[in-house]
Amino acid sequence: MGIHHIQTPLMPEVISGLSIGDEVLLSGTIYTARDQAHSRLCALLDGGEALPMDLSGTIIYFAGPTPTPPGKAVGSVGPTTSGRMDAFSPKLIRAGLKGMIGKGSRSQEVIEAMKSHGAIYFAATGGAGALIAQRIKSSTCIAYQELGPEAIYKMEVRDFPLVVAIDSKGENLYIKGPEGHRVRSAKST
Amino acid sequence: MREITAETIEKQVIPLCLTAAYDLPEDVRQAIARAADSESSPLGRSMLNQLIENYSIASKDRVPICQDTGVAVFFVDIGQEVSIVGGTLQEALTKATAAAWSSGYLRMSIAEDPMFTRKNTGINGPPIIHINLVSGSKLKITIAPKGGGSENMSRMAMLKPTAGAAAVADFILETVAMAGGNPCPPIIVGVGAGGNFETAPLLAKKALLRPLGKPNPDAKYADFEKMMLECINDSGIGPQGLGGRTTALAVHIEHCPCHIASLPVAVNLNCHAARHASLEI
Repeated sequence: MGIHHIQTPLMPEVISGLSIGDEVLLSGTIYTARDQAHSRLCALLDGGEALPMDLSGTIIYFAGPTPTPPGKAVGSVGPTTSGRMDAFSPKLIRAGLKGMIGKGSRSQEVIEAMKSHGAIYFAATGGAGALIAQRIKSSTCIAYQELGPEAIYKMEVRDFPLVVAIDSKGENLYIKGPEGHRVRSAKST
Repeated sequence: MREITAETIEKQVIPLCLTAAYDLPEDVRQAIARAADSESSPLGRSMLNQLIENYSIASKDRVPICQDTGVAVFFVDIGQEVSIVGGTLQEALTKATAAAWSSGYLRMSIAEDPMFTRKNTGINGPPIIHINLVSGSKLKITIAPKGGGSENMSRMAMLKPTAGAAAVADFILETVAMAGGNPCPPIIVGVGAGGNFETAPLLAKKALLRPLGKPNPDAKYADFEKMMLECINDSGIGPQGLGGRTTALAVHIEHCPCHIASLPVAVNLNCHAARHASLEI
């Protein structure tokens, strides 16, 4: 099983060809958004207003970078906990979002929306923000600058290392992965 | 009395904060390297190797190990013969935090109003300061910046005293299982047992500062720590929660006396980036 090189925008045939556990190197354009930005994006959708970016085939990265030091493209920028975005992601998926990058498992509601609309969820390595920053070639704030680290940044990435954590068939590596390594005598709670 | 100026404290704490943000302590690096050697999951090994590379980049390029540069948590041991002059300790640490976070390109991660505005304070303050009065004429300051991801997965319970160690074990395992991949495993598990409703969580946090894997000096507690670590790693949660043998690097328990009616237990989880740095004035 080799490493999959994939590009944005995410095409349906690329998404359907990926399964949980696949290692991926992603290149192209992604957008960061975390708690407050998600709340605002969903409020715009509710009000029938235009979003600051086109969602079709798009990937959102749940992340809030450190400030960019002089001479660098971006500060440290690893994933934040995706579960806090569970309340918002189904609405964005229904509006065309195809990929999400974060860490930690997702709710059943998010997984159902992913299955219905052919979306995929990737895990980036939490706590590897300095390494990931080296794969990001540029970063531009496109909305909500006043939110600082919680603003939306458009990032050009090259060979961003990811793992398919939940695929478009609804398979979940956060369940299947640990099952394969659990010691049977382990105390279950 | 030995006088120490607030300015001295501020000046020395600024670089200390940056060391904590950029340079992971050697004991944690070594534990991750050992885990990368022994991990049975190829994907787990791949992620652990990314962490090792990440620590090197952060240290070499002077960039934060993690974008969540955290809440500034200080533990201060103040010798009773020390007098802080020219300002307060609170002011010195607040100024040092703001200066370090700004000059070091760390992320401002503090919201002023928890419930309504959520406006960023812009100074990563106020810091959280725990003071301990000790004998002597020295000042020891530890900064342990703490990220939100692992802090959010921490829990506290008031258990029944007769339920004893078995109930504490269940609570620890339940906390780790509920957290899954969210706190960025491999984690360090800090447990506080005893004390009161407010002291058990503080003990749990202090437990995270112990040199990694150094056992509790009480043999009963040391055995319990060892047993808990085995149980946690048998869960299969693994690096980043995606499956594997390395879920936790260590379990540290701190304990103290408590009311006859109570068994307070707190579990404070730390991500693999267990950042802390100390100095003595």
